[in-house]
Amino acid sequence: MAEVKLDKVWKKFGQNEVIKGIDLKIESGEFVVLVGPSGCGKSTLLNLIAGLESLSGGDIRIGDQLVNDVPPKDRDIAMVFQSYALYPTKSVHKNITFGMETRNIPRDEQARAVAEVTQLLHIEQLLERKPGQLSGGQRQRVAMGRALVRKPDVFLFDEPLSNLDAKLRIEMRTEIKKLHQRLGKTTIYVTHDQVEAMTLASRIAVMDNGHIRQFGTPEDIYENPVDLFVAGFMGSPSMNIVHGRVLRNGGYAVEVVDEEGRIEFSLPEELAKKVAGREGQDVVLGLRPEIITHAGAHAPGSSVFSFRRAVDVIEPTGPDTMLVFTLGGSEAIGRIRPDVAVVAGKPYGFQVNMDKAKLFDPVTGLRL
Amino acid sequence: MPQLAKKPTRAVALGRLLERWLPQIVVSPLFAASLVFVYGFIAWTVYISFTRSGVLPNYTLAGLLQYERLWATPRWYVALRNLFVFTGLFVAGCMAIGILLAILLDQRIRIEGVIRNIYLYPMALSFIVTGTAWKWILNPTLGIEKFVQGLGFPDFSFDWLIDPNMAIYTVVIAGVWQSSGYVMALFLAGLRSVDDEIIRAAAIDGAGPVRTYASIVLPMIRPVFLSSIIVLSHIAIKSYDLVVALTGGGPGYATDLPATFMYAFAFQRSELGVAAASAVMMLVTVMAIIIPYLYSELRGARK
Amino acid sequence: MSREGIVERRGAGHFLLRMLLFAVLGLFCLLYLMPLVVMISTSLKSLEEIRTGSFISLPKEVTFDAWGKAWDTACVGVRCTGLEPYMWNSVLMVVPAVFISTLLGAINGYALTKWRFRGANTIFALMLFGAFIPFQIVLLPMARTLGYFGLAGTTSGLILVHTVYGLAFTTLFFRNFFVSVSDGIVQAAKIDGAGFFPIFFKLMLPMAVPTIVVTVIWQFTQIWNDFLFGIAFTVGDSNPVTVALNNIVATSTGVKEYNVDMAAAIIAGLPTLFVYVLAGNYFVRGLSAGAVKG
Repeated sequence: MAEVKLDKVWKKFGQNEVIKGIDLKIESGEFVVLVGPSGCGKSTLLNLIAGLESLSGGDIRIGDQLVNDVPPKDRDIAMVFQSYALYPTKSVHKNITFGMETRNIPRDEQARAVAEVTQLLHIEQLLERKPGQLSGGQRQRVAMGRALVRKPDVFLFDEPLSNLDAKLRIEMRTEIKKLHQRLGKTTIYVTHDQVEAMTLASRIAVMDNGHIRQFGTPEDIYENPVDLFVAGFMGSPSMNIVHGRVLRNGGYAVEVVDEEGRIEFSLPEELAKKVAGREGQDVVLGLRPEIITHAGAHAPGSSVFSFRRAVDVIEPTGPDTMLVFTLGGSEAIGRIRPDVAVVAGKPYGFQVNMDKAKLFDPVTGLRL
Repeated sequence: MPQLAKKPTRAVALGRLLERWLPQIVVSPLFAASLVFVYGFIAWTVYISFTRSGVLPNYTLAGLLQYERLWATPRWYVALRNLFVFTGLFVAGCMAIGILLAILLDQRIRIEGVIRNIYLYPMALSFIVTGTAWKWILNPTLGIEKFVQGLGFPDFSFDWLIDPNMAIYTVVIAGVWQSSGYVMALFLAGLRSVDDEIIRAAAIDGAGPVRTYASIVLPMIRPVFLSSIIVLSHIAIKSYDLVVALTGGGPGYATDLPATFMYAFAFQRSELGVAAASAVMMLVTVMAIIIPYLYSELRGARK
Repeated sequence: MSREGIVERRGAGHFLLRMLLFAVLGLFCLLYLMPLVVMISTSLKSLEEIRTGSFISLPKEVTFDAWGKAWDTACVGVRCTGLEPYMWNSVLMVVPAVFISTLLGAINGYALTKWRFRGANTIFALMLFGAFIPFQIVLLPMARTLGYFGLAGTTSGLILVHTVYGLAFTTLFFRNFFVSVSDGIVQAAKIDGAGFFPIFFKLMLPMAVPTIVVTVIWQFTQIWNDFLFGIAFTVGDSNPVTVALNNIVATSTGVKEYNVDMAAAIIAGLPTLFVYVLAGNYFVRGLSAGAVKG
């Protein structure tokens, strides 16, 4: 049983509150990603779980054990660090066996563990080399090998892919996911890259400023963000945030006024219910770039709304073309197929699937 | 500026030439001075060591005469023996104490800065001052001996300073007191340069503080070991001031070192040839240590 | 390394270890401070008290007589003028030597790193070697050279010696610093039309202030504390204070006045100690720079 439970966890560095009363329950075998901007406390939270930082308040349980005062080596965890933290003067082999030697594990058992792990990670031929002679990807694998050999209940990853180049990052990401599928161990993974979070996690905890804003599956976080922060953080390019006013004209609509003119985004029934009683009030409309596209792209039956806006910049990315235009006084992005004809500077007929639009309270930021 | 355009081009060309060669022009006198005062002088001394020079330099070559005389002098053997004893104990003592203090200070103490300064201030003193102070402390009748006797051990004797067999160890004591802070400073900087993540990885692997230091951190700062030993050996071989102030080379010449030997033969006994020979021996010893070190450092840097 | 924050099994053992740590550190503090304390306290005692008391006891009656003697009337050989004139000798010797060797070292380091010319690295290596030689190897020829130029036994001769042999270290310090300054700055200035010296004085020196401080402190300490060159190349009146101190302490005629010896030692050591107290950090930087490979 390797569930991880955090109860009202607090961490203060002097007067500085970094973790402010976090509750979190991670089921056994889950792959949970802690994601958030720099300084949100995700690495600190990971260190608290590992025992590399001591708690200022609250409890942490790993399995059934209360581990507040248990040193890291006794917590049945293993960690892969951002800079891999391999022992530079030791060979790969010694790096992997260092922990086992400290625990006085018999030589033959050590050898078996090393063989098992190096085969799994394809690093058998690197055993006698020193970390300085390895590439970034190889070092990463050795770091994982060192962690695997501990046969822990919980794996902790602290931004392990940040130091790799883009291509390698994607390769290693897939490897980590495959490893998790194969071993099924509880994994807690910290990253600032929300794409990594979306692709790897069974559940994501979006953190900001010492709090967890939302904890849920990737689909949940993406489709039903709890507030503007989560909505804006997840998704690349990020959700278009448009300020407007609630209008009642038969049905409900959000009126967006800017230099180029006035657009009334009509709201489908589901969304209309949420703004009932808010006529005339300000509201924030969230439209993900992929729901703003060219005419005819949406599935039949969806509540499509058309509007025209001048395209400021055309950014072809290969698989899509991003169109940058202005909405509500700020930049907005729409996504169209690359073969659709667009002329920069000229107005373009966009179609947006309003079923997938989100509405947020302008004061609290919460989703309506 | 039409007037300047009319200036004779030769002066301009000359000026530009000067400007182009200015770096070399600036460096040359200094380099020349180095050549003369270092290499030229070394060459002169080496040459003299192969001549018949006595009270005055005599430029007739005499083969290995002076070296034979040098190696036939009992005092030289005393100086050499002292050099080995002193260098060995001095380096070992400074390293042991310096590393110990560095590890202790690495434990995050609030008043670390003050303590560090206390350990280091002896480095700011002249060896003459150090020698004078320790000469008093180790004074056979009025120093430590009297103090311990006063504590109730009337038979205690501590007259190393005037004991021909033990006097060299007093030089070790004073020298280690002066220079161990230096090793501490170097090692503390080295310890601090170790990435925290490695320490955390070691903690997860179950290594306690001792195993972490011994098995991971200290091996990582191997270069500091080497450069400390080299610098300390260098200081030891050149040691002159400390011996003069502490024991004057005595009793007799029991604490003679090659440096004091050379000075005595050069300026007091006026045997320039032998003095030159002893100086050359010192140079060879220093070079035997420094050159391999520099060579390996430069090679490592080029990798 | 820091294990700070890592959860550890708390217990009596941990507390005891911490106490042991402080005990050992404290013990060494005493060991390092003891000679200084002994020097000061001995210098404040009367000879009577010195003879009857123990070396480590504090003075029962504080008297500054020894200090007065050390400064004014202590005998160096046959001259009984105290340390005062010799302190001035040292000052007159140190200031120009430090200034010139630092300035020349800076120009050297700058020229060798920022102006590519053939052999710059070889020249540097050859000059650097001068820092490692045992100075005994140059004593004899230097003595003859100084004699030849009429500088034997003078302060000016000593200034020359210290400047020449200090050049290796000052060049090392500045060369290491200027190597880390991006070449782009100098290139841009050259394009703007600036020449060798203007770039040096207006751009490089202002950037090099910390290195200048480190170098000055290092040179001051080395030159003030020097004894070998002092005793080899000066005589009597022109002795620096280290030589004078040794002479005072080593006199075997008459009654040994330990308190005067101690006072003299402290006076001689005060300037460098003072510099250390004021700028200890820069002092440490000099130590590390000296040990770092060239």
